[in-house]
Amino acid sequence: MRRRAVRHPLAFTVIWLAAAIVAIEAHAEFEIEAWDLSGRVSLEVRAFPQTGIDASHRSYTTGFVVEPKLYLEDVGGSSFTLLPFFRYDSADSVRTHWDLREAYALLYGELGEGEWEVRLGVDRVFWGVTESQHLVDIINQIDFLEHPNGEVKLGQPMVHLTWTGDWGVLEFFGLPYHRPRLYPGRGGRLRFAGLVDRERVEYESGAEEWHQDFAARYSRSFGPLDVGMSVFDGTSREATLVCVPPACGGSVFPYVFIPYYSQIRQFGLDGQLTLDSWLLKFEAIHRSGDRNPIGREEEIRAALVQGRGFEGILGQYREEEYVAAVVGGEYTFYSVFDSTADVGLLAEWNYDERGRQALPRRQPMTLDNDFFIGARLAFNDVDSTEITAAFLTDASRETRTLAVEFDRRFFNQWSLHAEANLILSIDPLDVQYVGRRDGFYEFHLEYNF
Amino acid sequence: MRTIHAYLVRVLLLAPCLVLLSWLGMPPIAHPATPEETGLKIATEARARDDGFGNFTASQTMVLRNKQGQESRRQLRVKVLEVADDGDKSLTVFDEPRDVQGTALLTHAHKREADDQWLYLPALKRVKRISSSNRSGSFMGSEFSYEDLSAPEVEKFTYRYLRDEPCGDLTCTVCERFPVDKKESGYSRQVVWQDKDELRIWKIEYYDRKDAHLKTLTIGNYTQYLDRYWRADEMTMVNHLTGKSTVLTWSDYQFRTKLRDRDFSKTGLKRVR
Repeated sequence: MRRRAVRHPLAFTVIWLAAAIVAIEAHAEFEIEAWDLSGRVSLEVRAFPQTGIDASHRSYTTGFVVEPKLYLEDVGGSSFTLLPFFRYDSADSVRTHWDLREAYALLYGELGEGEWEVRLGVDRVFWGVTESQHLVDIINQIDFLEHPNGEVKLGQPMVHLTWTGDWGVLEFFGLPYHRPRLYPGRGGRLRFAGLVDRERVEYESGAEEWHQDFAARYSRSFGPLDVGMSVFDGTSREATLVCVPPACGGSVFPYVFIPYYSQIRQFGLDGQLTLDSWLLKFEAIHRSGDRNPIGREEEIRAALVQGRGFEGILGQYREEEYVAAVVGGEYTFYSVFDSTADVGLLAEWNYDERGRQALPRRQPMTLDNDFFIGARLAFNDVDSTEITAAFLTDASRETRTLAVEFDRRFFNQWSLHAEANLILSIDPLDVQYVGRRDGFYEFHLEYNF
Repeated sequence: MRTIHAYLVRVLLLAPCLVLLSWLGMPPIAHPATPEETGLKIATEARARDDGFGNFTASQTMVLRNKQGQESRRQLRVKVLEVADDGDKSLTVFDEPRDVQGTALLTHAHKREADDQWLYLPALKRVKRISSSNRSGSFMGSEFSYEDLSAPEVEKFTYRYLRDEPCGDLTCTVCERFPVDKKESGYSRQVVWQDKDELRIWKIEYYDRKDAHLKTLTIGNYTQYLDRYWRADEMTMVNHLTGKSTVLTWSDYQFRTKLRDRDFSKTGLKRVR
């Protein structure tokens, strides 16, 4: 395994030093002027109408989520946010988990004609514009236990510096610690065939999870056009799952895979043009450094037969470099048929240069040549009733999925969420074929305080 | 003595010139102002009187009532920044209902072209540029539309003065205003009652695209801030078609706070609590 020394040592020293000084300065004068406690408690049910491909798969799970948020603000405007998260799941002890979603100090002030901002601590960051996948978004690990749609994220320790001026917004991220992805346990569904080893996590970097990752982003608005350019250099958020006997292979079921995180570099570009009721969107990435077993099956099989260990097997994987993109748009019809309701229509095309050798990133499916068609019906009533539908179809294979969601508030503080995730058809050659029986229904009853 | 003399000479020489200039500046034939000119003059003057407020923050409470009398509450915080030679910038933060707590809407209004709008979704920490063409849509299920809540730019309407009539203890001018861009507005026209002393708006009647009387807004409880700027505490919007109403109560007005332009940027939007 290649071991790389920590790169950008100078940049990191400067960032950490500056952040530490600012934080100490602010701490000395912190005097609470405003505070706020809010959050949600949610009771949830998830049901799988089909039995799983593994006998230990459960068809039904109940649970709850607690997510309080504490906000403290200083006289000078700097603030501290604390947002822990806890989930209980009846079927899967691994899905019963907690996380520190946010715990950061925020400071800002004037810098010449512009301003500076520092966020120090655990935070979540969102980049991008499209809906069917978030291609350029990379700062946080996703919380795969929560939902396979990849929208929920784990908190990421960081130093986040922002410099804003007339010329745009420039951001730097120092990411000192890697959060490995969490995969469902034995009783959980949506884990497909195998399990992922929770004890053993392999990294390309000798610094392992302490590798200092670095990211930067420049964004700017030109009238109706918003654009962003980004770069990420560090530990991949996606694990390469490596099958090493005896835990994996042979007659032991379920297989236990070892997750391996490579060092990657990703350049991203995103843009949105907002013209009247049209939103035209674009995202693209160039990524290098990931490992891919597709197309190397024979070499991997040979290594397994020779009884080679983890590194011997991983050595057969291809180191890849590729381009992926999403392009699409959204059009909204406001106040349809003289009602207060709006109807939004969305269409996006997902492309991946690797084609059939593409691997899933944040969602459990590959998006190599896939069309997304969505609709959003917002009633704009007192209860904010909303229905959304998302249809995803692979243009070159027989894989189609449909997700329908319903949301509604009642009695001011309560809300109801229902969703159906249906697998309409699935191609046996697809990576997600193992998840062919994992269509599910979900209901939430939420109390917001 | 000599200086005073020189000053007098200068004034004596200048005076006829000034008279001549002011005479030249007048239209060649004086005519009584048309209703359109009077209407525009009132709107321009009302706007001019609000110039120079700099910025303000306030809290809003909305009580939405349906025909059966069922109530629903909205709680918001508003920050407004005056922009020289363009529309104002504003930031609206939602406190209630609690499921959208922390959601925020940033608007850069423009005098002629479409406004720029960004929505911040705290659960995803996502800033979304949204279309501002939804001006006639309901704001949070209330009887107020986005259009009703934004400061009307003088340039976005044409005007017609109708009459003077008593309104309470005051005398009001009654003017109509028509949107310049018909697509941008949900109304064909609005009728506006403004008192003659301070040009404060007391009532607006909204007529839909078929010219049916859709809604009526009544405004009350004006307070003057910084000895100049009038702000109302209570606005009641009644929808005559549905029988629903919304009472919007303003409180905690603070003028000329430490708000800066940078607080109305996308970075500032992500900072709201």
